[in-house]
Amino acid sequence: MSRDRILHRVRTGLGRGAGQAIPDPPSARIRIPEVDMETRISTMRARIEALAGKTCRTATATEARDYVRAAIEGKTAVASNAPYLEECGILNLPNVRTGITSRDELRDLCATTDIGITSADYVLADTGSLVMLSSPQEARLVSLLPPMHLAVVPRHRILTGLDELFSLLPRPAEQTSCMVLITGPSRTADIEQILVRGVHGPGEITVVIVG
Amino acid sequence: MSAEFDQKIHSTLEDANLQLAIYTATGRLKEKRIETVAPGVLPDYQELRTQANAVKKHTIENLDHYLEEFQRNVEAHGGKVIFCEDATEVTDFVLSLARERAAHLIVKSKSMTTEEVDLNERLEHHHLESVESDLGEYILQLAHERPYHIVAPALHKTRYDVAKIFTERLHVPNETVPEKQTAIARSVMREKFLAADIGISGANFLVADSGAIVLVENEGNARLTTSAPKIHIAVAGIEKMIPRAQDLATFLKLLGRSATGQPLTVYTSFLSGPRRGEEIDGPDEFYVVLLDNGRTRLLPDRDKRQSLYCIRCGACLNTCPVYRKIGGHSFPWVYSGPIGAILTPQFMGVNHEPGLPFASSLCGACYEVCPVKIDIPKILLELRSDVAKSNVREGRKRMERLTFRVFAWAASHPRIYTMAARMASAFSPSSNGRWIRKVPFFMNVAPLRAWLSERDLPPAPPKSFRQLWRRR
Repeated sequence: MSRDRILHRVRTGLGRGAGQAIPDPPSARIRIPEVDMETRISTMRARIEALAGKTCRTATATEARDYVRAAIEGKTAVASNAPYLEECGILNLPNVRTGITSRDELRDLCATTDIGITSADYVLADTGSLVMLSSPQEARLVSLLPPMHLAVVPRHRILTGLDELFSLLPRPAEQTSCMVLITGPSRTADIEQILVRGVHGPGEITVVIVG
Repeated sequence: MSAEFDQKIHSTLEDANLQLAIYTATGRLKEKRIETVAPGVLPDYQELRTQANAVKKHTIENLDHYLEEFQRNVEAHGGKVIFCEDATEVTDFVLSLARERAAHLIVKSKSMTTEEVDLNERLEHHHLESVESDLGEYILQLAHERPYHIVAPALHKTRYDVAKIFTERLHVPNETVPEKQTAIARSVMREKFLAADIGISGANFLVADSGAIVLVENEGNARLTTSAPKIHIAVAGIEKMIPRAQDLATFLKLLGRSATGQPLTVYTSFLSGPRRGEEIDGPDEFYVVLLDNGRTRLLPDRDKRQSLYCIRCGACLNTCPVYRKIGGHSFPWVYSGPIGAILTPQFMGVNHEPGLPFASSLCGACYEVCPVKIDIPKILLELRSDVAKSNVREGRKRMERLTFRVFAWAASHPRIYTMAARMASAFSPSSNGRWIRKVPFFMNVAPLRAWLSERDLPPAPPKSFRQLWRRR
């Protein structure tokens, strides 16, 4: 079997025996800076805007709902089943389709809808990234197939950066089959290094911070 | 140096447009990298490199342990791990799975590992359509070319080349604006994504404690490849391993910055197993193909095994004065630049292209920018020694030995040496102090001619060191 042959060659090459204990790996390097919430919010907004994403900050959930209502005016929208979107009253907006649990239905809908609305599990301030853990509440394709992605996140979910994320979630696979970090709109520079937004994912992204 | 290598280098050097394209693109990538790792922006850059090197060293030194841990954890999340020796085994696995599931269409996201085994061509040979979804890779697939650069595969194509390829292959109207060309690719690809039975990706990292693969990208094609079809197959070299998810806090900070000058790429996906329980989308089946393809051959040598630390960022290509002149297609295999110059001889054998380890000025720029601190110049020197020891150069070796014996004899006899130096000075062509490109006829003889064809000579000084010393 190839597995055994390859493992055997690895061990022979390294001079190790089967099942031999290993020395401790170098300890993981996690450094969480102290950054107050207001600075996190301003850094995060600056990062996203530098990538041509949009940001908006609202004081209350109702204001966030009104912002979303205006943003999707005259367009079609699909929303994930995130409890926070329900809390904001976004799922009840007239032109929002939500509550879909069938894969094929969701895929076809996302492929033909203008805007995908989601929440996010975390936001990373220093890179302006949304962290999305796939779940029955938060499907993968809502933030991927529609040409525009709109994310609504309460401010307490803003972390300083990668180090804080991996200290909170040392093993993300225990919680989900898919964790994705989204940093700005989809882009490419494959032709003559010229930046083009919106290749396969959304060309526009808006992050609404509540609170 | 083989005639083919020589010819490709010359044709690249003679193509002014290509020279400009390589120089501009690598220059821009190089500058963006420098901006994002500058001390004012990322003060702990050097510490991160040291950490990344230590983690990779530990992982490779205990690779069997981590491969087994990885497999256990993938299986615990409902996925499967397939170990493959070579290209044939990878192709056989994909073909038999496709046959069992009656699959016809495969979408692929960018993967150097699948380039290594020519997966697309092999699948197409068996009448299975396999479409590259990364824009650059798609252009090259249509043009039947291999990647020019690890990170920017279509770096050598202008928008006019792309227009020509698209009109010829996709039968679309001539379009030379990159935005519109991208839109064409998007719409062609959208249909493929929604219809595909299998998605094949590479993996930037394999995470042992999670049984997860990590993919970094900017376009969203890797997310689609791994989310839309019902089957996801990730193909990765066994060396892509890191022990813990927490190590990503180190590696992700280095990879995007070193590759394209991005603190993080647009999408970073951390994928473990098929969709779970009530998750609405994601694949039903998840496979990780772990490929050897020559990698285990690098393990016994302590110095050379560090070649396996590589995270494929391409920073060494952008900074290399040789790559920036001779480009990616001059290199004899899929990996180009300094990392290609050390990987190719070790994977394929030094005789695959004996000139390769010598195609370097050993300036050390590659080592300086390497995020995992691979000592590329040192490995190049060792490979040069391997080439010298191998029998390809047997004829040249005898000549070399004779030359050095003559030189040693002259150098240990002061009178002979002085006379030779005087002769060199007297017969040296007048060059007005410039380097000598054309040598006099008596030096234009067989072994010297080959040696001098790649080198210019400094002009002989009017007075030798010995003469100056005597008059001091």
